[in-house]
Amino acid sequence: MRKALIASLVLAAALLVATTASGRSAGHTAAAAIPGCAKAQLGLLDSAATTLTIGADNPAYPPWFGGNEKTKPWKVSDPYSGKGYEDAVAYAVAKQLGFSKAQVKWTVVPFNNSYQPGKKPFDLYMTQVSYTPTRAKAADFSRSYYFVSQTLVALKGKPIASAKSVAALKNYTLGAQIGTTSADYINNVIKPKGKRIYDSNDAAVQALKSGRIDGIVVDLPTAFYVTGVQVPAAKVVGRLKTVGAPEYFGAVFPKGSKLRGCVDKALNRLWANGTIRRLQHAWLPNANSAPVLK
Amino acid sequence: MIALLSTAVFVAVVVVVVTRSPGWGAFKTYFLNWSIYKDSFPEILHAFWLNVKLFCVAEVLILPAALFIAVLRSLQGPVFFPIRALAIAYADLFRGIPTILVITILGVGMPALGLSWLPQSEFFWAVVALVLVYTAYVSEVYRSGIDSVHPSQAAAARSLGLSHGQALRFVVLPQAVRRVIPPLLNDFIGLQKDTALVGTLGVVEAFKQAQIDQSATFNGTPYLVAATLFVLITIPLARFTDWLIARDRKQHQAGSLA
Repeated sequence: MRKALIASLVLAAALLVATTASGRSAGHTAAAAIPGCAKAQLGLLDSAATTLTIGADNPAYPPWFGGNEKTKPWKVSDPYSGKGYEDAVAYAVAKQLGFSKAQVKWTVVPFNNSYQPGKKPFDLYMTQVSYTPTRAKAADFSRSYYFVSQTLVALKGKPIASAKSVAALKNYTLGAQIGTTSADYINNVIKPKGKRIYDSNDAAVQALKSGRIDGIVVDLPTAFYVTGVQVPAAKVVGRLKTVGAPEYFGAVFPKGSKLRGCVDKALNRLWANGTIRRLQHAWLPNANSAPVLK
Repeated sequence: MIALLSTAVFVAVVVVVVTRSPGWGAFKTYFLNWSIYKDSFPEILHAFWLNVKLFCVAEVLILPAALFIAVLRSLQGPVFFPIRALAIAYADLFRGIPTILVITILGVGMPALGLSWLPQSEFFWAVVALVLVYTAYVSEVYRSGIDSVHPSQAAAARSLGLSHGQALRFVVLPQAVRRVIPPLLNDFIGLQKDTALVGTLGVVEAFKQAQIDQSATFNGTPYLVAATLFVLITIPLARFTDWLIARDRKQHQAGSLA
């Protein structure tokens, strides 16, 4: 017991040195090793267990990812920047598992490839993937690192922009990105007169911009990005009431991943020690700044 | 008997090779899930109705438009050079651009112009795109049909006192069109399948619905449902074409005997 304690203290000290040496001290906590989660036991792609490979979709959008385009082939943001909410959470998790910033490698994986059968090119995947029980049959999910509110965005001045309830959205044509829980929300909860499901969020935003559809449903931070950067003529109409269990984003793992349990433990710590709250405060808009449509 | 045996051996080899492949288990759970197949079938069938409407409306417009282009291209004489050149340029351009790009450029681009008198409907622009692309292909089919009719036929018609137009209408085209029915139906099948590209505009057709179901379940079986529907509609058409050709041949042979 004593030996283990000393060993873990030594390891923690070593990690602290390692992380500060690489020039980052983002977390308040010195990451003490998580019991049972030594790097060699994580079953990583890198057989030497010195690199943690994280998959994300390209372009990587704010506020989830940040920084300027720098490392190829990343567009819009650069996951290597450590800026943006998911980006920061990923590095915080990596740090808990004992990886320095330089030991994290990002790889481009389109969302739809993240759960297809066959060998995966990543250890974990983080690009705003919502957990659902059905999806969990095909891939493993971590616990939540973000709880999602579906949000409606519409062009200012249009009748839909003053809607006060979800029921009032029925007579419009709404759009969302395929495979998202936003699209599910349109299908299952709003059931509007017209629905358009796009291959990417960009295509949905473009359709909103040109007036082909009345509104788009996205998660709240994306809603603020759309209205703030992509379509200034649009506004956040409101958050849509949650139906059923609260929805959350989790990291995705290949089925049967050994890493999953350890990422969960790392996330437990990050929730408990306030890191998650701090990172949300730093990178995401305030949820209460949008009204709720009942 | 030999055919039966060789087919059985061939199928057995394929089955053994496939099912003993290392990824077979993963493949099976991903693509062959019966309960997902059943669950997603009605929705995808419903969405497939949009594909049917798309290719029916498009085909009705393509057949006469392509014939028109082909006739323009067959016009003789230097006076008609600009018209011929235009017809050639059109066919080259729209056979050259991938269909999905034509659909995207028209379906996303035209409404984005913000002109209120232009239709905004994705269905409208999808039909326009499919008609533009397939008219280019089909006009070439017609042209090869027209070229395949021996010049003596037209010459004989002219010598009977028919005008160029009349010779084309009553002598050349009836023979030309009959000869190209199989490739015409071939292009029709191509058109049916290409309606799956319209999903890129956000409208929920069969392939898009399959994608939606796939991403909801993280399972690829819905793709198989969409594939089934497309095959179900193209196979009868292919057999119908075969029958049409066989009937035509019989009639011709009967004619030559008489």
